[in-house]
Amino acid sequence: MNWLLDFFGNSANWSGSSGIPVRVLEHVEFSLAALMLATLIALPLGLLIGHTRRGALLVVVAANAARALPTLGLVVLIVLLVGVGTTWPVLIPLVALAVPPILVNTYEGVRGVDEDLRDAAYGMGLRGRQVLLRALVPVALPLILLGLRIAAIQVVATATVAAYVGLGGLGRFIIDGLATKDYPSTIGGAVLVAVLALLVQAGFSLLQRVAVSPGVSQRAKAR
Amino acid sequence: MGEEPLVRWDWIGRNWPTIQELLLDHMIMALVPVVLGLLIALPLGLAGARWRVLYQPTVSLMNVVYSLPSLAVFIVLIPITGLAERATVIVPLTFYSLAVLIPAVVDGLAAVPGHVRQSAVAMGFGPTRRLLQVELPIAVPVVLAGLRVATVSSISLVSVGALIGRGGLGYLFIDGWQRQFPTPIVVGIALVVVLAVFADGLLVLAQRLLTPWARARRTT
Repeated sequence: MNWLLDFFGNSANWSGSSGIPVRVLEHVEFSLAALMLATLIALPLGLLIGHTRRGALLVVVAANAARALPTLGLVVLIVLLVGVGTTWPVLIPLVALAVPPILVNTYEGVRGVDEDLRDAAYGMGLRGRQVLLRALVPVALPLILLGLRIAAIQVVATATVAAYVGLGGLGRFIIDGLATKDYPSTIGGAVLVAVLALLVQAGFSLLQRVAVSPGVSQRAKAR
Repeated sequence: MGEEPLVRWDWIGRNWPTIQELLLDHMIMALVPVVLGLLIALPLGLAGARWRVLYQPTVSLMNVVYSLPSLAVFIVLIPITGLAERATVIVPLTFYSLAVLIPAVVDGLAAVPGHVRQSAVAMGFGPTRRLLQVELPIAVPVVLAGLRVATVSSISLVSVGALIGRGGLGYLFIDGWQRQFPTPIVVGIALVVVLAVFADGLLVLAQRLLTPWARARRTT
């Protein structure tokens, strides 16, 4: 506990270009960028595969292989090859980390929708795309949001690794602290990341409550 | 980088004994947590499936565990387990496995259709026999899906331990970065992915062996 006081009580840690507010902002910035890129790739792909049921096996296998990619290794390799200076290369490992859960959950969510419901939507005269967007997506939304939440949490937690190659973000407190044996800073950074991840968690719970149609969430509760 | 090639094949040959050692270390640190996780998740998942009141708090707690960054947990554990000890990596990874496996066990048991359970009761199966011979086998696909995710993530996450001096193949990343030399990094990434794909394949095979009825249904 003393270490936490040392870290959070020190006013020097709250100002300047390596202060807590700046580091938090950096962390949020590239976590958000990675998550948005991953969503742009994985969400439409997942919807398409879940709806048409084509190429599912290939995608699920590829997603599982991507899950295995070690972020630390990718970060050091990419920075070694293209040099520091720009942030975008570091986004690649984080995007690779976020794509599998979004893709697999979107696909499973859409595929898992009750056949009867799908038929009913067609029977009411909706066409392919309308069935997907008006009937399947709302029902699959809890699973899709779960995928996004898992991705977001993993990105926020793993973005710390980028600090090892000199990039900003909350990992700096952890990595620099380790290197200089400044443990208050290390623990403080770790706590900040955990708090940020929990905020993401809470944000998604709230989003789930607002975005998921009451009919769907009641059905989920009844099961 | 200049003239430096992406991979120097002779480096791999010269350092093969070290690489093998790291690979073995990596496998131990990645797989022990998954096995431990499964052993702990089975009873907890059974309890959660039987008494639904327990389930929600357990899942919330596991969600919290899952949001902690692995690097941070490694560091918090150092004073307890000591720097550069395998346990520093194994303990947090066990918790991550649990976070994936407990919901998998509960969902797997929840997926057992009511009429199947009733048939078992009608045939005179007691609770234990029903669980072992009917419910758990039917839950296998869902549990194994969770096990696959837990295994692959565990194999990938071990390498972060290199930042605290215990990361199996992750050591190659640090080594390559410090010497600005890409070969070990490429070798490390490739071995981690190969190891994960191999373990994943074994689990898929296990699923086929454990659920022969799924294949029978497909062919008829």
